[in-house]
Amino acid sequence: MSKKLPLLIMILPIAFFMVFLVALPCIYVVIISFMEKGIYGGIEYIFTLENYKLILEPLYLKIFANSFFIALVTTIICLLISYPFACFISQKNKTVQTILITLVILPFLTNSLIRIHGLIILLRDGGIINNFLLNINLIDEPIKFMYNQTGTIIGMVYTLLPFMILPLYSNISKLDANLNDAAKDLGANKFKTFLHVTLPQTKYAILAGSIMVFVPTLSYFFVSDLLGGGKTMMIGNVIKNQFLVARNWPFGAALAISIVLFTLIVVIVYRKMGGKMEQLGGVSYEK
Amino acid sequence: MKSKHLKNFYIFLVLLFLFLPIFILVVYSFNSSRLNVTFENFTFDWYLSLMDNVSLLEAFKNTLLIAFVSTTVSVIIGTMGAIAMHRYQFKTKKALDTLLYIPIVIPEIVLGISLLSIFTLTNIELSLITITLAHITFCVPFVVLCVRSTLSSYDDQIELAAMDLGANKFKTLFYITIPSLLPGIASGALLAFSLSLDDVIISYFTAGPGSNTLPLKIFSMIKMGITPEVNALTTIILLFTIIALSLFIIIQIKKNKKG
Repeated sequence: MSKKLPLLIMILPIAFFMVFLVALPCIYVVIISFMEKGIYGGIEYIFTLENYKLILEPLYLKIFANSFFIALVTTIICLLISYPFACFISQKNKTVQTILITLVILPFLTNSLIRIHGLIILLRDGGIINNFLLNINLIDEPIKFMYNQTGTIIGMVYTLLPFMILPLYSNISKLDANLNDAAKDLGANKFKTFLHVTLPQTKYAILAGSIMVFVPTLSYFFVSDLLGGGKTMMIGNVIKNQFLVARNWPFGAALAISIVLFTLIVVIVYRKMGGKMEQLGGVSYEK
Repeated sequence: MKSKHLKNFYIFLVLLFLFLPIFILVVYSFNSSRLNVTFENFTFDWYLSLMDNVSLLEAFKNTLLIAFVSTTVSVIIGTMGAIAMHRYQFKTKKALDTLLYIPIVIPEIVLGISLLSIFTLTNIELSLITITLAHITFCVPFVVLCVRSTLSSYDDQIELAAMDLGANKFKTLFYITIPSLLPGIASGALLAFSLSLDDVIISYFTAGPGSNTLPLKIFSMIKMGITPEVNALTTIILLFTIIALSLFIIIQIKKNKKG
């Protein structure tokens, strides 16, 4: 007993949160997703598959396709921006590296909505970028950066970029430079060295970063709300509306479960390929 | 040499992309025009009127309070949990480990609606308390991961040595275990604090009608019309953040030089 007591004291609080605020709520959402909706927005506890059938309607399939498209484009753009960035800062000395990577984290400490507000001031029709371009006569009328798919993608890339940079940097900064020299000595050019030496070593960081960008994109409804202007409906927006506006919780729950299933499949594939779970928490960059 | 300049320019461009929207807000916080379009005259007016904007200040206070409480609680229970999971073998360890990854992996909106559903089911009224509980829930796993990464290189033998030298369990915990885990605990705290400040989605679902936090306030303001007082507040927040992070950088650099 006396041996078990410290264990209980240490483990009970965290277990409480994980059981009552993670496990049970998730199970409850799964149950809701198989229930009928009440007339006044409540939940009728009668089993049905209707909510999942509704997802297969062309309207919602289109929203799914569109969301995955936006998430994919966002992920690719983030990867293309972050990879060279992570490589270049890894070549700096340790002090400069610390400063630069802290600068990447800094925006996190202001709320993402505040940053989106700044982005809107830059991008809107009468915004700074358009005004500047109009003033130097490069364009005749404002470019529509906002209230369309482009706006949503710019907003997602802007909000989620650090999630790609951090795992890539943590991986690339620890690579052994001797391997690159060895490849060069053996006659490989820069491109070949990158393709056969650097890239395979950073495979898991690329995968982890991609998951950390792709999955949130599906759920960041405020970005598509504010920058997409309601024209780009994403799954996140539909779930939010079902829960807070239309009050059809069972359907909202079914949509939520379907993106969770998708996420689980992605994570299982990632693990099967040999990826580490803690890398998905973005924590491995801490030394 | 040329390629070095290009690389520096590229680093500059990416940082510019990250910082331009924040920088704009700072500049406009000193702009006498209300409209955030052109810069007219330099003024401190928005900082003065911010002091009278009770609801914005209250939202900020609530956000800070939630961040402090949820960071403190999640650091304490996360550290205890990580140490226990490292030290003891118990039947439900694997299950707990899996549960910890759920808030990290699943889309935030799903955690948001799950918590909203369970609070509604159990008739718990949505308030600042429910937001705080929700924040602890998604911060704890990150604290555990951070502490665990330090634990993996931690030598258990020094605890035995301390006890051999006559320290009891509590003394060992406070003088040996916790100080050696401090880097992990500190980075866990920093991560938890920034996750809590940055969160929009989970707060959105777990906030009650009266619970006014900064992201929720700003979300409605962007739609209804935002006042430059928000820019002033952002600038103040940024100032504190930069001071705090500079300290963090100085500590890091000192550590790098040592190691």
